[in-house]
Amino acid sequence: MKVSYKWLQEYLDIDVKPTDLAEKLARTSVDINDVYSPSDGLTKLVVGFVTSTKPHPDSDHLTICQVNIGETEDVQIVCGAPNIAANQNVIVALPGSRIGNNIKIKRSKMRGELSEGMICALQEIGFSEKVSPKDYEDGIWVLPEDAKPGESIFPYLGMDDVIIDTDITPNRGDMFSIRGNVNDIAAFYNLKSHFEVKQVIENSSEKTADLISAAVDNTAIAPTYKLRVIKDIKIAESPLWLQIKLWNAGIRPINNVVDVTNYILVKYGQPLHSFDYDKLPSHEISVRHANDGEQFITLDDETRELISNDIVVTAGDKPVALAGTMGGLETAISDQTTNVTLEAAIFDSILVRKQARRLDLHSESSTRFERGIDPAAVEMALDEAAQMIAELANGEVTTGIVTGSETEIKEVKVDITLTRINHVLGTSLTVKDVLDIFKRLAFETKVTDDKFTVKVPSRRWDVNIEADLLEEIARIFGYDNIPSTLPSQTSNVGRLNAEQKLIRSSRHVLEGLGLNQAISYSLTTPEKAQQFQIIDGGSPMTLSYPMSQDHVATRMNLISGLLNDVAYNVARTQDNVALYEQGRTFVPVIDNDRPTEEEHIAGTVTGKLVSETWHDKTAAVDFYQVKGIVEQLIQNMAIKGTIEFVANSERKEMHPGRTADIKLNHVVIGFVGQVHPKTAKTYKIPETYVFELNLTPIIAADKNERHYQEISKYPSISRDIAMLVDENISNQQIVDLIENKGGAYLTDVTLFDFYQGSHVPDGQKSLAYSLTYQDKNDTLVEDKVNQAFDKVIAKLVEEFEITVR
Amino acid sequence: MGLQDKLNDLLQQGLKQVEESVNLDSINDVRVKMLGKKGPITEVLRGMRDLSSEERPKVGQFANEVRDQLTAAIDEQRLKIESAKLNEQLKKEAIDVTLPGNSVAQGQPHVIQQIIDQLVDLFVGMGYVVAEGGEVEEDRYNFEMLNLPKDHPARDMQDTFYVTPEILMRTQTSPMQARTLETHDFSKGPLKMVSPGKVYRRDTDDTTHSHQFHQVEGLVIGKHITMADLKGTLEIVAQELFGDELEVRLRPSYFPFTEPSVEADITCFNCHGKGCSICKSTGWIEVLGAGMTHPNVLKMAGVDPEEYGGFAFGLGPDRFAMLKYGVTDIRDFYQNDVRFLTQFDQKG
Repeated sequence: MKVSYKWLQEYLDIDVKPTDLAEKLARTSVDINDVYSPSDGLTKLVVGFVTSTKPHPDSDHLTICQVNIGETEDVQIVCGAPNIAANQNVIVALPGSRIGNNIKIKRSKMRGELSEGMICALQEIGFSEKVSPKDYEDGIWVLPEDAKPGESIFPYLGMDDVIIDTDITPNRGDMFSIRGNVNDIAAFYNLKSHFEVKQVIENSSEKTADLISAAVDNTAIAPTYKLRVIKDIKIAESPLWLQIKLWNAGIRPINNVVDVTNYILVKYGQPLHSFDYDKLPSHEISVRHANDGEQFITLDDETRELISNDIVVTAGDKPVALAGTMGGLETAISDQTTNVTLEAAIFDSILVRKQARRLDLHSESSTRFERGIDPAAVEMALDEAAQMIAELANGEVTTGIVTGSETEIKEVKVDITLTRINHVLGTSLTVKDVLDIFKRLAFETKVTDDKFTVKVPSRRWDVNIEADLLEEIARIFGYDNIPSTLPSQTSNVGRLNAEQKLIRSSRHVLEGLGLNQAISYSLTTPEKAQQFQIIDGGSPMTLSYPMSQDHVATRMNLISGLLNDVAYNVARTQDNVALYEQGRTFVPVIDNDRPTEEEHIAGTVTGKLVSETWHDKTAAVDFYQVKGIVEQLIQNMAIKGTIEFVANSERKEMHPGRTADIKLNHVVIGFVGQVHPKTAKTYKIPETYVFELNLTPIIAADKNERHYQEISKYPSISRDIAMLVDENISNQQIVDLIENKGGAYLTDVTLFDFYQGSHVPDGQKSLAYSLTYQDKNDTLVEDKVNQAFDKVIAKLVEEFEITVR
Repeated sequence: MGLQDKLNDLLQQGLKQVEESVNLDSINDVRVKMLGKKGPITEVLRGMRDLSSEERPKVGQFANEVRDQLTAAIDEQRLKIESAKLNEQLKKEAIDVTLPGNSVAQGQPHVIQQIIDQLVDLFVGMGYVVAEGGEVEEDRYNFEMLNLPKDHPARDMQDTFYVTPEILMRTQTSPMQARTLETHDFSKGPLKMVSPGKVYRRDTDDTTHSHQFHQVEGLVIGKHITMADLKGTLEIVAQELFGDELEVRLRPSYFPFTEPSVEADITCFNCHGKGCSICKSTGWIEVLGAGMTHPNVLKMAGVDPEEYGGFAFGLGPDRFAMLKYGVTDIRDFYQNDVRFLTQFDQKG
């Protein structure tokens, strides 16, 4: 809300700088968007009195004016406005002045005639189009007759005011009014409020009830509904003071009736609506839900199609206003209006919110209905508005208010003890301190021992329970004055659990191995969501109303997101991409709308893991490099159990000959391999290797205890074997056999050479292993080693028909 | 010529030859020639047989002196030659040390992960546990149990991805407040937890909006947890992330699940409070929201608000990273350009 500092000063004796007040408001009440003066950035704008005018000889629309700017001699200014005339005070931008949009005005010649400055419209001195009065839209603004030539224009237009633009939280609807701001400022600065409520004088003996009736059957949609009638009014421009108040509040002045309703809206936070009494199709007023498909033309000349959740004000069952949102065109106040029906009501906040949202008709009124209305102020506002209209438009207020519904003002009493206050706030306030705070808030309080019974006024409908009172005490006492401590109970230990530790260390391992952590989108296309699943879990979960077709389904794998990332990089000529991601995948569960969330970890490498330098020629990534990363990752997890890499040619998105399932105790927990060239093509990425592991079974798996293995003092002996073997026999088969049949002293088997090609017979490959033997307790005798080694060779020959080379 | 003179002559001759030796071979030749078994000194000593018994020790001693002097001279010259040779070799081996070193494989944690880890470590150090909840939540936990009934206006601010009318992508990490409150055994002490994770909003992605981002939630509930404790905790968080020279300001705010509610601002680290574009001329930057847990939230989770109370806070690592590092497009966090990811080296 745009709060005028000058308006506040009418009711409060404040002399703090507006910026200090804004800071105090931010720290105590509501946040501040901005503090500014309408005159910011403007200079040398003075009152000018046009003494004479004559048409420009070389132009059909320019006028040459002689203007008194308070100097001994008049200055000549050329003006293009149609409403320029002699004997009126105007806004003059002197040479060297700055006007709106930071434009600098210079002395110039316009079609040969000297112009010493510029005569301005409001829009030219920073007024927004939305706020500038319509009557002066195409012309200059005319200042009051008593304005003194040569003086600054700012005080005449309220531009010397400072506006505090507040950002109001949903609970503080009361701060959407000058009244609410005055009350809060009075409380936190401990000031006396001189807030003035104007009383109505019913100067017509005619009874309102004889002119109009109101009946609200459904009081849930309009808990309070009240009408007044003001007769024989004359529509005119509002006095300048009223226009200033409105435009400084960001509202466009229109005429003396509409302006009064808006003035009251800002002053009390009570939206009012004015109908042209004579244009109402009937004088039986009611409020009801709209009918589905009902048509209604609003003030802005738009035809609105209504739904049954909307609420309308009706006259003889014909809609005349969208309740709380916008009036109708047919019954709007016009220059010809002579009798006014004034409505002050409370409409259901949720229905108004939904209606305003559905029709995109958020207004000063709807916002206030949404945030709440003080039931005790409805009549106050209606009366003051009626009185002002009568005064400004020379009308007569008829006798009595017509009430269609009236909500009961509930008395809210809340108890709180001093012990509780200090217990929750961590303060050491006294009964006197707390009483003082309630007094400043004007909350009627009774105290017995250390218990306060607080009567909360209806203007603070956000205060209902003890916690609300605690907030009031805390903020008036000042958040700055609350001490800073830390929770003192320390009977608990803070730490990561085993799962969190494993996940964190997995991340560190992969970073150490050269992969950068990526965080991709969990929501993706249904197609990508179900690719690369470790174990087929069916179709993914999808959103009811997705925002874009790229983010529709919850992912069931991490790889597809990483491949999107690879594609993004490759498209930007980043050819070496090594990424990993740790996050959730979502596996749908039968008979449950919530999927199971699994922690996964996945990686992708394309191009080179280690970039090539002048000195170091590195190879492009291949299966074994990524497998090495996975092996190291698993190694670091210290899983107790067998880990196997088993070829799998069935994974749809993976290269059939370069993919291995990863098994933990014979159960698949992940896979590693090359992305199928066809899949890679759809992602627009080059040769790429990936892996994904489900961390859930790994977290659940038993872990190896850490034990120190004594390093043998006795020397080890190694024996190498090179062999030719059928190409279909895997390394794993050979290693398994060697390990099984290697004897008690075999401590290690390492493949040190692999060859397949023109130097070995077709269908065969050459493998070379180094076997290490060691006895922990004694020096090994060559004979024993030879015996064991010969036995293994014999077994290999027998089992796999190897040829020793 | 007496033996003594002869020896003296040999000494001068030898020293001269040593001095003239420029490599290890020639110095070795001198050694063999002068001091070897067939060398002139040995020969002189052989001639001592003819000397008188008085003269013999004198000449003998002198001969030894000559031999020692020559040996010393040879050793010294050899060292000189060897060291010169080594220096020459080292000179040849010199390289341009300004050429770049080999690349090594080293990945970086994601910048948002770094902030989350930093916060998690801070809170674990203060005795908090880490509780991660589901990213797919029930409406009940995401809203209703946080004092946000179906028609609450605050729901408008959080456009939600629904899966069914009751299941949704969580819009905040706050559901973990209700879930931990329900399960915590208060007989074992207060509940102190942080909950980091991904959250989702039905937003169109642009420079400042993302349908996916992160939050870190915190909750402390016990028998004597005060607003002063909240203030102290928030100050520590703000200072941990942005440095302790910045001032922390608490403002009243509104969240349905806390009362009183506060928002914490820090002095703008860019302009130090003078006002700039980052802080929109206010001198302050909003960093987190918090408050004292609303009694309704406790009640709905089956915790007696008369006996227990405390505070909750929530903050956004994405926003922190944007503020702290001047990232201007939130989408950068999720597109994973390697040139973006590798900029945030870990420090300290």
